[in-house]
Order: sequence, then structure tokens, then C-alpha cells
Amino acid sequence: MAIPLSWWLTVAAALFAIGLYGVLSRRNAIGVLLGIELMLNAANINLVAFWRFITPQALTGQVFAIFVIGIAAAEAAAGLAIIISAYRRRRTVVVDELDTMRW
Amino acid sequence: MDFLFSFTPLIPLFPLLAFAVIVLFTYRYNRLSSDIAIGSIALSTVLAWAVLLATLLGGEHIQVEGWQLRVPWLPAGTTVLDLGFAVDGFTAAMLFMVPFVCLMIFIYSQGYMKLGQPDQDPRYARFFAYISLFAAGMLGLVVARDLVLLFVSWEIMGLCSYLLIGFWSFRKADDEHHIDEAQVIRARKAALKAFITTRIGDVLLFSGIALLYSYTGTVTLREIFRPETLETLQTISLLGMPAVTVIALLVFGGAVGKSAQFPLHVWLPDAMEGPTPVSALIHAATMVAAGVYLVARMLPLFIAGFEVADAPALHWVAIVGAITALLGATIGLAQDDIKRVLAYSTISQLGYMMMGLGLGSLVAGIFHLLTHAFFKALLFLGAGSVIHGVEHGHHVAAHADHVHTEHFNPNDMKAMGGLRHRMPYTFVAYLAGTLALVGIVPFAGFWSKDEILAEAFHLWRADGALNLPFWVWLAGTLGAFFTALYMGRQLGLVFWGEPRHTAARHAHESPSSMTIPLIVLALFALLFGFVNAPFLGSPLHHFMGGVHEASEVVHAEAVPFNFTVAAISTVLAVAGLLLGWLLYRNYRPGQVEPFQVVLGPVFTLLRNKYYIDELYQQVIIRPVVWLSNFCFNIDDRWIIDPFVDLVGAAGRVASDIVRVLDSVVVDRWFVEGTAQLFNAAGRGLRYSETGRVQNYLLVVAVTILLLLGLYLYF
Amino acid sequence: MAIEQALQIFVFVILTLMTLGGGLAVVTSRNLFHAALSLILSLAGVVGYYVLLDAGFLAIVQLLIYIGAISILILFSIMLTRGLMTPRQVQRNEQWWIAALVVFLTFVVLIVALWQMVWPIADDEALRTPNVAISQLGEALVGPYAIPFEIISVLLLVALVGAIVLARETENNQGSHAEAGSSE
Repeated sequence: MAIPLSWWLTVAAALFAIGLYGVLSRRNAIGVLLGIELMLNAANINLVAFWRFITPQALTGQVFAIFVIGIAAAEAAAGLAIIISAYRRRRTVVVDELDTMRW
Repeated sequence: MDFLFSFTPLIPLFPLLAFAVIVLFTYRYNRLSSDIAIGSIALSTVLAWAVLLATLLGGEHIQVEGWQLRVPWLPAGTTVLDLGFAVDGFTAAMLFMVPFVCLMIFIYSQGYMKLGQPDQDPRYARFFAYISLFAAGMLGLVVARDLVLLFVSWEIMGLCSYLLIGFWSFRKADDEHHIDEAQVIRARKAALKAFITTRIGDVLLFSGIALLYSYTGTVTLREIFRPETLETLQTISLLGMPAVTVIALLVFGGAVGKSAQFPLHVWLPDAMEGPTPVSALIHAATMVAAGVYLVARMLPLFIAGFEVADAPALHWVAIVGAITALLGATIGLAQDDIKRVLAYSTISQLGYMMMGLGLGSLVAGIFHLLTHAFFKALLFLGAGSVIHGVEHGHHVAAHADHVHTEHFNPNDMKAMGGLRHRMPYTFVAYLAGTLALVGIVPFAGFWSKDEILAEAFHLWRADGALNLPFWVWLAGTLGAFFTALYMGRQLGLVFWGEPRHTAARHAHESPSSMTIPLIVLALFALLFGFVNAPFLGSPLHHFMGGVHEASEVVHAEAVPFNFTVAAISTVLAVAGLLLGWLLYRNYRPGQVEPFQVVLGPVFTLLRNKYYIDELYQQVIIRPVVWLSNFCFNIDDRWIIDPFVDLVGAAGRVASDIVRVLDSVVVDRWFVEGTAQLFNAAGRGLRYSETGRVQNYLLVVAVTILLLLGLYLYF
Repeated sequence: MAIEQALQIFVFVILTLMTLGGGLAVVTSRNLFHAALSLILSLAGVVGYYVLLDAGFLAIVQLLIYIGAISILILFSIMLTRGLMTPRQVQRNEQWWIAALVVFLTFVVLIVALWQMVWPIADDEALRTPNVAISQLGEALVGPYAIPFEIISVLLLVALVGAIVLARETENNQGSHAEAGSSE
């Protein structure tokens, strides 16, 4: 492999940070969801990179990456349903305005 | 007889099945449901006693080495989690007590929940489903071979305690049955409090189990207690301590929550809001016993930590136990609710058990656990019978006079009095329970309490100096006096004197489904102590003392009977009992309490339970909110608003300080003043709850960042 | 060999530009629709990564599920909730700069951690022949990983049912809908 493990991990860390920024700073709930997708992908890059460089004979890394994708699908479905439901009830998808839990 | 051991997995399975069957199929049929529940626990009792018999006949080999069964359960990649069952002398001893006491409570519940009567509980079948699940949890805990099953059972009990303590939160406020809204809300809050408070302990326990697994690669108790494994754990350093000490402390944290030890004891008195059989179940055979059982099971870890560390976990067990024993016993002096007195008594007795374990003696702690289970179940069921009788009396009186006396609390001891004539069976049984709890020869409590005190005394004399065992002994002996005092007060208030309320005048004896379990348990309270009586050669010691021998760190030998210790505690117990009884036997309504006359302001402090609940509300719950406040106020949009609020709040706090100082000087209590101060501060801080998910997430991110930074730094 | 290595590095750089550039566009773009399209670009970069890492099956899965399903779902949701967030509106909340600071620090800490760490890299022989047979992956999923696999499938089912229940337009919803409309 021409590209060492730490490069992969660096890229994944960067993608994770970008995703986290999106989650924390987007006003639109769908934007938050996009950030979460980026973070999950960053985790997946890590899993696959670790598999490739540290335990290439085992399958754990790939299997877990598949699980993560499965969870991401479930999360997207449920998250978008919640957003659409909130939109119907509150006429907004702005996260700041969905503050029923406020004091 | 070894084939009997293969029945072990069935012991928790029957009540579990009963739960499933009732919830899924028979919930419409009340009598059938309760019969299924009682039948299943009776089957479990028979099997458990068969296993006990096999252990008794199996000799030392079985009692020490034990029998075990491994069931591969969850394959997860390269590791497989096992679900195992194991029996040794210790488990067998628990198996004698747990299902039997549960059976008694189940039978009693049939009467208490008024089967077949017009005012039968509307959720009767569900009640039996829940208590069956509860019993399944406790039995699963006892027969667990691995920490996985142990933790699962532990959590099942946590869930059931929530469901059962809050069982009456679904009742409708109703004049006919004297249920008011406040009572329903109290039940709801008590359930949440129990759940959340024990959860703190559960998290600690789970971290302990996770650490154990990560260091040893196994969750099987016997493998962990192998000398090599313990040695490895002793050499690993974690947070500046040997890993074994850290793990032992975490496990103890779990036990502190479950067994209601100081400082997490606050949930247990509130748990009285549930139906009385639930209190008996929680306080005697199951929930609180689970924590003590866990510490006893993990004792090799504690002692291994004791060998190497400067701050041994074992000492903490003894210290917390001693504090709890005294704390519970003193608060019990000043409570009016018949069940709350017993609740604080339970807290105090659990402290005794922890003291015994903290001195390194498995048998002393567990012996007290077993005897306590019998007599405390008896006392709770007796209290339930009293409440039942008084409630009935109130009903009769109300119907006769066609007036509803408002605000009648059937648990209030001050509204009782003279019940020994009206409820003779209950009275005799209650007296037996009291004598056992107080520790009068030859009742069960005498032998077990004496063993703990003798152990402490022995360790003290062996060393000579004023060491920890001395303080433990002192706390235990003082606690014994207070125990006798509050029980004397209770007897005097409930059973002697003149009835202080029409309800007490019309009270009558409970049905036989309630009195028969009482009589049976009373016999056990009288006789059970002999299983470890020194003059019989301490049979329990020989039976279960050796279970931790294989770990090579626990050495159990019976401490010889010490006449001095027994004499001191017995004299104090008799004195306390008589004193309490004399002072309260002719108590008249409206009279200032004799204890208040003697103790003055201290009595107020005790009545308010040392203000610990108030302290937690302000010191633990508010700062959680405060932490988020701290992070958000940095931000510019909210810096204006909270600033204004904060100035306002600060002004309010300042004025409160002045006012509180003032009132302290004038008439108020210092402690109460502190509570008010915290309250005012809290009111200002609640504005940090913005309800915006991204604020919360930011806090999460910052926390993770800090933890990562810490990880790098170290 | 040297040419192959150089080629790999070249591809890696291109993919990184796609992934990170796409990612940045996702979190900064004012137009949410553009953000979602950038997400597809970014996810395509990740597909390339998987190919480079010899995880062919995962690359296909990523392509099918992420780009084929999730991204499309997100695009539909944006269209369903449109008309509210016009591109001219501010898309960041008020805590964005503090978030940026925290995120930057997190990134720094992560980088420091992973460059300090000595990774237990497998030996050359193992590195050269990674285990890539899809059949083995399939066997693992129904063998030692059967229970997590089943749990994931149950989770997906629950998410599916939950999504339908949540997003379904009930009578009740329409009522409050009308109310909201009249009050506006």
C-alpha cells in the first residue's frame, strides 16, 4: 500500500470534524442530518482502514462497516420521518424553533 | 442426588414463565393469574429446596466447588457470551430463603389486594405478573454463574421496582376508597426516584463489570476469582490504584444504590408508596438483598484489593455500612408512618450486613441477610395487616356515621393505638418480628447481629488500638440501642394505649390468607437463628464459609461466641425497647412526643431525615443544570438574557441570603436556611434549559473533547 | 511499482478533494439542495476510498445504499419541506463560531492522538493478501455475527414502521395543520 494508515485516519478525522460542525451549526434539521451522515462515513472509513492495515485476515472491520451502513439507513428513515412530522405540526424545520423541552 | 442440580435453571424460569403467561394470556382472569403466580413460585421453592438438599448431601466438595452449567448464549464475532448457572453453599443458603419468603408474600398479596371483594384492586392480575418477574430477577441473580446473567437479573429487578413502587400511580383519585390526587402523584415520583437513584449505582456496577471483562477477558465469577487472575488485577495500576480496588469500589457503588446505603439511601423510604407486599418484597427477599449478595459474591475482589492498596475498598464497605446503620436507626426514631419506620430500619440493618462484609466476614453478613429477610418480611406484612385492618375500620366507621372524615392516613401510627386486642394474630406475629429485629435471645436477629458485633470486637481486640473494627463495633452497638428504641416506640404507639381514631377503634383482624403467612414467618423469626448458633457449632459457617477458599484470599473461620459483646448489646436492646415502650404506651393524640421533649431540636433534624433529600435536590440536581448553563452563556445571543436573569437571580440570592441569615438568627434552623439558599440559586439557574438540541450536543462535544484531551494528557 | 504507487497517491488525493471538499460544501452551502448534492459527491469519494482499500463489496454497498437510497431520500425530504428555507436565509445558528472552535480543537486532538499512537500494523504478507472473498463475508454475517445481524434487521424493520407511523398524515395532524394555517 502506498498510502500509510495514518493518512486514512487523518482524512477520516477531518471528515468527522466537518460533519460535527454541520450537526452543531446548521439551522435546518435536514442539514443536521446531512452532518450525521458525514460523521458515520468518517467512522466507516476508520473501520475499513483498520481492517485493511491491522487485521486484514479477519472480517470484523468489514462486517461492522456493513452494520454501520444499516444503522445509517435506519437513522435516515426515522430522522427524515421525524422532520416531516415536525414540519407538518409546527410548519418549520428550523432546529432552534423546535424547543418544546425548553424551560 | 446430583441430578437435582440440573433443576437449577428452572428455579428462575418458573416465575418468568408465570409473568409471560399472565401478561399474554390470563390477565383477564384474576384468580387464575394469582394462582399461576403462586403456583410457579411454589414450584420454584420446591426445586430450590431440592437443590439445597443436594448441596447438603453433596458434602464439602459440592458446597465449596459447586455445580455449574454453561450455556453459550450470544455469539458476537470471536467472543461468545455465556449464560451460566452455578450452585455452591452460598447460593444454596440464599435459595433456602428467597423463594420461600417470596411464596409467603405472594400468598399474602392475594388477601392484601382483596381478591374477590368488591374493592379488589383493578390491576390485580398485573400486580401478580410484576411480582413474579421480580422474583424471577432475584432468583436469576442468585443462581448466576456469570456477570452477564447477574447484571440482566439486576436490571430486571430495577425495572420491576419501578413498576411496583409506582403501581398505584394509575389509581384514580376517588373519595370512596380514600385515594387523593397527592397520593397518586407521590407514587409516581417515588417510582421515578427509586429508578433514577439506583441507576446511578447500576452505571457504576456496569463500568466495574466492563473493566473486569477488559482486564480478565471473562465474565465468569469463578474464573475471575482464580488466584492468578486476582494477582494480575493487583499488579495493574489504574488511576493510581490497583485495578482490583477500582473495580471493587465500582461494584460496591452498584451495591450502594441497590441496597440503599448512604448516600444513595433516599429512594427506599419513598418506595413505601407501593402496595405493602411490594415493600416486603423489596425490603426483605429481593431488591435490597441483591446489593449485599453482590458484595458478598465479589468479596475476593475486595479482599484482594485490601491486601495491596493504601485505600482499601473493604474499609469503605465497613465505613459506609456503619454510617448507614446509625443514620437509618436514628431517623427511624422520629417517623410517624408505620412503614417508613420499617424502611429506615431496613436501611439500618443493611448497614449491619455491609459492616459484616466490610470486616471480611462473608458468613456474618449473609447470616444477617437471611435472618433479616425473614423477620423484616414478617414486620412489613404485619404492618400491611395493621394498615389493612385500620383501613377497614375507617370504612366501617365512615359508613356507620355517614360522615367521611377527611384526610385520614391509615399508615399514621399516631392514629392507631390499642390494636393488640383487635388484631391478636397480627400482634403476636409483629411482636415476634420486633424481638427478632431488636435482637433478643433466642430470636433470629440476636444470633446474626451478635455475630457481626463479635467479629468486629474480635478484630478490635486482636489489634488493640482504636482501629476501624472498634468504630464499627461501637456504631453497631449504638445502632442496636436505637433500633430497640424505635421499635419500642412503634409497639407502644400501634398496639398499646387507647385507640386514637375511630378507624383504629373499628379495626379488625385480617383474613387468613394474610395471617397464615405471618404466623409461618414468625416461626422462622423465632427459630431461624439456630442455623448458625455458636453452641450448635455454627453450621452455616461450615456450609457456606468455604465458597471463596479457591481464591486464596478469603479465609473464613467462625469467631467464637463472645459473652461480653452479647451481654452489652442485649442489655442495650432490652433497655431501648422498654424505654420506647414506656414512653409511648400511653401516648395521647396531640401530645408533644416524648422523644421531642428529650431530644429537642435534634428530633426535628431526625424527623426531616437530616435534610438529605433537600440537599440532593439543590446540590446534585441543580448543578447538572448549572453545567449546561456554564457552557451556553459564553455564546453571544444568550449572554444578554441570562446576564439579566443572572443579575436578577444574584440579587434574589443575595436577598435570600440576608433573609435566611435573618431567619436563622431569629428562629430558623441553619440547615433549613441552607436548603432555601440552594433553592433560590436553583431558581435562577433553570434558565439554562434552552430546549435546543444543538446546545445540548455542543455540551456533549465539549465533554468528549475534554475527555479526549485528558486521555492524551495522561 | 513506483508508477503504481504514484498512481495510488494521485487517486487518493483526488478522492480526498472530492470527499472533504464535498463535505465542506455540505455544511457551508446556503442552498440546502446544493448541500445534499455535495453530500453525494462526498459519498462518491468514500466509494473510491473503499476501492483503494480493497473492500470491493463495501464500495458497492456504499454506492447502492448511501448514494442510491439515503441521498435520494434526503433530496425528497428537502423538496417536501421546501419553501421555508430560501437560499437567502441564514443557514447557520448563533453558536456556529463556538461550534467551529470546538470542532477545530477536536480535530487537533484527534490528529495528535492518532499520529502519536503506534499502530500494530499487520505483517507484509498479510497486508499483501487481505481477506476479500464476499462469500466469507456472507458466512460471517450468518455465522459468528448472526445475532448482531438479526438485531440490525429488526432495527431496520422498526425504523421502517416508525417512519411510516410518524410521517403518515393523520386526521389529527390535518386539524392542527389547519389551525396553524388560520393563525398565521
